[in-house]
Amino acid sequence: MVSGPVAGPSAAGGAAAGGPATDRGGPDGGGGPSRGAALAQGLRAYGLIVRMWVRSTLAYRTSFVMTAVGNFAASGLDFVAIMLMFSQIDTLGGFALPEVALLYGTSSSSLGLADLLLGSMSRLGQRIRDGTLDTLLLRPVPVFAQVAADRFALRRLGRITQGVLVLGWSLPQLDVAWTAGRILLVPLMVLCGAAIYGAVYTAGAAFQFWAQDAAEVQNSFTYGGNAMLQYPPTVFSKELVRGVTFVIPLAFVNWLPALLLLGRPDPLGLPGWVAFLGPAVAGVMGAGAGLAWRYGLRAYRSTGS
Amino acid sequence: MRGSAEVLYTAVAAGSFRRYATYRTATVAGVVTNTVFGFIVAYTYIALWHERPHLGGYDQAQAMTFVWTGQALLAVSALMSGGNLDELQERIRTGDIAVDLYRPADLQLWWLAADLGRAGLQLIGRGVVPMAVGALVFPLALPGEALTWCVFLLSVLLAVVVSFALRYLVALASFWLLDGAGLSLISGLACMFFSGMVLPLRVFPGDFGHFVQLLPWASMLQVPADVLLGARTGGALLRGLAFQAGWAVALLALGRLVQRAATRKVVVQGG
Repeated sequence: MVSGPVAGPSAAGGAAAGGPATDRGGPDGGGGPSRGAALAQGLRAYGLIVRMWVRSTLAYRTSFVMTAVGNFAASGLDFVAIMLMFSQIDTLGGFALPEVALLYGTSSSSLGLADLLLGSMSRLGQRIRDGTLDTLLLRPVPVFAQVAADRFALRRLGRITQGVLVLGWSLPQLDVAWTAGRILLVPLMVLCGAAIYGAVYTAGAAFQFWAQDAAEVQNSFTYGGNAMLQYPPTVFSKELVRGVTFVIPLAFVNWLPALLLLGRPDPLGLPGWVAFLGPAVAGVMGAGAGLAWRYGLRAYRSTGS
Repeated sequence: MRGSAEVLYTAVAAGSFRRYATYRTATVAGVVTNTVFGFIVAYTYIALWHERPHLGGYDQAQAMTFVWTGQALLAVSALMSGGNLDELQERIRTGDIAVDLYRPADLQLWWLAADLGRAGLQLIGRGVVPMAVGALVFPLALPGEALTWCVFLLSVLLAVVVSFALRYLVALASFWLLDGAGLSLISGLACMFFSGMVLPLRVFPGDFGHFVQLLPWASMLQVPADVLLGARTGGALLRGLAFQAGWAVALLALGRLVQRAATRKVVVQGG
């Protein structure tokens, strides 16, 4: 419990774990030197635990290769479905295959990145049930870093690889006049998307403090969100699109920036500049998820023995 | 003797049913997830059938029915996970299986009974609500007469048995592989793809489409869904059920052979 308050800020910061970390500092409130130190400590601990799990994974090389290939294939199955669909049709919701592949590639890469960095958090409920979370609370390391790095699964590189391959395949086929800004938009979209998905993983983990068996609900927003964002927004009902724009703003992962890139109007009639709000949305979601995590951890009462 | 065996396996199935009934939060979470996915897939299929009406011989209402049947049967037919056979795999890996083999019960029948209990609870717990939500929001092609529903339930029962028989083979492979995680993963992917969960098998193009409908996985979703949405009637209906039953018998028999080879291989160490 001692590390409770310390874990909070790193929830928002750690969610980005790399790229947009500086972005996240802003909305999370001014960090004094102690907060900065806690963040650095959290990241260092995260790195150490990750390195340990990677070493242990690579000790069983065959098993690692098999599971990574499996992860790649599991993710690729959705794209096979899309290709099978396009063997029967030319456009879906007015979008051609390369455009759908752009949506697919960006969302899949973002989810893959978030899943690699924070996916282990869905195991929190398990740890609460069997009481092993208490061990983590006793260590002088932010709990968030420990939970996020727990059983770090390097095989999840499979999904990222698959997403990036589809993305790379789609880009040259798009009817887009590439400028420096538009080229930059693509990696920015993926990183922002990863931060948004990361916030969802964090909020989902925080929810498990109250409902340990509800890990699957989180799948609705991560894998479910991904399944939705792979397809053009024109396919879905307006209410559903409104829901993922204003309620759980997953539309900022790839829909809004991709529509901008493709020069297509937003189905909700939102002005073009909204697409640039991605980093801000990611920041706010990260901060909110961080608060939820902090609150959840404080509310945690061990089952005791 | 015969009677007592029936009592035993019924008790195993009932125990498994009750056990899954205690995971209430997990069941609610599963229902939420199945419903959310149902909505997403339903809209993509509406767009697909809008482009190509009567694709795979389905009209739009039938395509919607396929979506929600898939969500309803996802847990029942264990299309994505190993069901409770993950436990069997773990018991083989740790060696606890030696204790199971000492029991005066048949290993395959024991786990089949347990799996049927699980499937029964999940049909009620995780199948009914998503299907009801789907029927409220989308026009579904659900049968009016009770007989079709009964045949559908029979087809689902056969689907679970085929699914069990396949997963049992995968679990038994751990006797040789020790770490069956890789095989489970591949088997799960094959199941998602060839059962029709990713896309109805009737939509698959050309000869490949015909071929995938002959594989055992087709019994796990495609056939029961076709029974429910009225794509199989009369002779085709009987052929579908016979197809499922054929695979069930063949795979259970294969499981028996493998089980015999595996148990001969077990060496119990220690004292």
